[in-house]
Amino acid sequence: MSVLFDHIGELFTGLLVTLELAVLAFPLAVVVGTVLGVCRVGPVAPLRAAAGCYVQCLRNSPLLLVLVMVVFGLPYVGATVPLFGSVVLGLGLYFGAYVCETVRSGIAAVPTGQVEAARAIGLTFAGVLRQVVLPQAFRSMAQPLGSIFINVSLASALGAAVGVQELTGSARQFNLDHAQPIPSFIAAAIGYLLITLTAGQLTGVIERKVRIRR
Amino acid sequence: MKTTVLFDELGPRGQARLRTATIVASIVLVGALAGIFVQLDHVGQLSGRLWSPLASWPNIRYLLDGLGMTLRIGLSCAAMSLVFGTVFGLGRLSPRRWLSVPAAAAIELFRAIPLILLVYFFLIGLPAFGWNLPPFWVLAVPIVLHAGSVFAEIVRAGVNSLDRGQFDAAAAIGLRRGQALRLVVLPQVFRALRPALVTQVIRTLKESSLGYVVSYPELLRNGQVLGEYNANFIQAYALTAAFYIVINFGLSRIADLLDRPPRKRRRARVAPVDSPAPALESVS
Repeated sequence: MSVLFDHIGELFTGLLVTLELAVLAFPLAVVVGTVLGVCRVGPVAPLRAAAGCYVQCLRNSPLLLVLVMVVFGLPYVGATVPLFGSVVLGLGLYFGAYVCETVRSGIAAVPTGQVEAARAIGLTFAGVLRQVVLPQAFRSMAQPLGSIFINVSLASALGAAVGVQELTGSARQFNLDHAQPIPSFIAAAIGYLLITLTAGQLTGVIERKVRIRR
Repeated sequence: MKTTVLFDELGPRGQARLRTATIVASIVLVGALAGIFVQLDHVGQLSGRLWSPLASWPNIRYLLDGLGMTLRIGLSCAAMSLVFGTVFGLGRLSPRRWLSVPAAAAIELFRAIPLILLVYFFLIGLPAFGWNLPPFWVLAVPIVLHAGSVFAEIVRAGVNSLDRGQFDAAAAIGLRRGQALRLVVLPQVFRALRPALVTQVIRTLKESSLGYVVSYPELLRNGQVLGEYNANFIQAYALTAAFYIVINFGLSRIADLLDRPPRKRRRARVAPVDSPAPALESVS
């Protein structure tokens, strides 16, 4: 046990890397997902089809496959991205598909009357979306987006399989160095619990703050 | 479709604009695809030398073997996770605290830590205590624990969403709690959860790709080996991805279908009965 406390810094560094991965990949996923979501509800048929195809392809493949393709595949097509960056990219692209579905159901949750009112005062499709629908949709999406953030931070552990020393990777390394399986894995589990519980609490607070009372 | 409310039936100018947008979008999308192809060609990734190994039967059979293994892990883990999830989900709902508290703790723990951490624990943690599980179980046990905990929450939500009156009615005719669960509650919950059962298979199929980490010969791992052997990573992974997408897309279609027809069937059965209810409705 004392070995753990002497070297807790290694695991703490891993925890920070996990947080960095999640904090960078999540906004990317939100941007990708919002663009895709708008394409999927829009009137332009090719964009709808392309976004639908993207979502189906990514949601139906394992994240590890996507990560492996991005990390080990990109160099072959002439794009040299650092390891950390390509893991962020893979996570962002993958969870973008999930955000897209969330955006879509968030838009569907906006009462029809709001859309009709917006159209009645002469807003265009873009105006309706930007000024009336999306602001309300994002508020009702606080809870699902929070759980996507939690999923991103848990999924970032797959970075360990492609060589990023985040929390899982450093727990594994710690175990290889000091042969202390129980303390190292429990410490890593506590790290993840800290992240998920904090994120859950924060989501609750944000959700109550932005909720629309109808 | 609810989303169509977002835009009007378009007038002539709007239609012209939509046509332009459609054409522009098509050009941009085709251009992007063409760009990808040009880049792939530029770096030589489209050459027949890299793609032809995928057309040879031994290589395809190797991937199909992996697919078979993936299906085996995925289906058996899905089945086990259903049992685990049902037991723990109902355990969490139990009025007995010595049952509900540990069940809740286990569910929350396994949902809050990443699957791969569990896999590493079983892969390199347990052997330190002389526990050497066979590779199949190193992969399967974590998947069952993780997917089972997710399913436990689905079961719990299903039971909670069931009308309170069902429990009361079961109690009123003298069923004990266990009997009520078995005879009244669970059949209804599982009927409502049929799509979730299929989604559970998709989840375990995807999670079985962690065989890549434990070197278990499932689809992703075999794709990797094939890519290494023929030095054509991108091509091997592309075919692997196609396998996953086809299987999981088919399954998710089934889940969608299971989600739909029962309502229609029930309505069809009710329709021929000449009831006064519709008339009353139209008055009010």
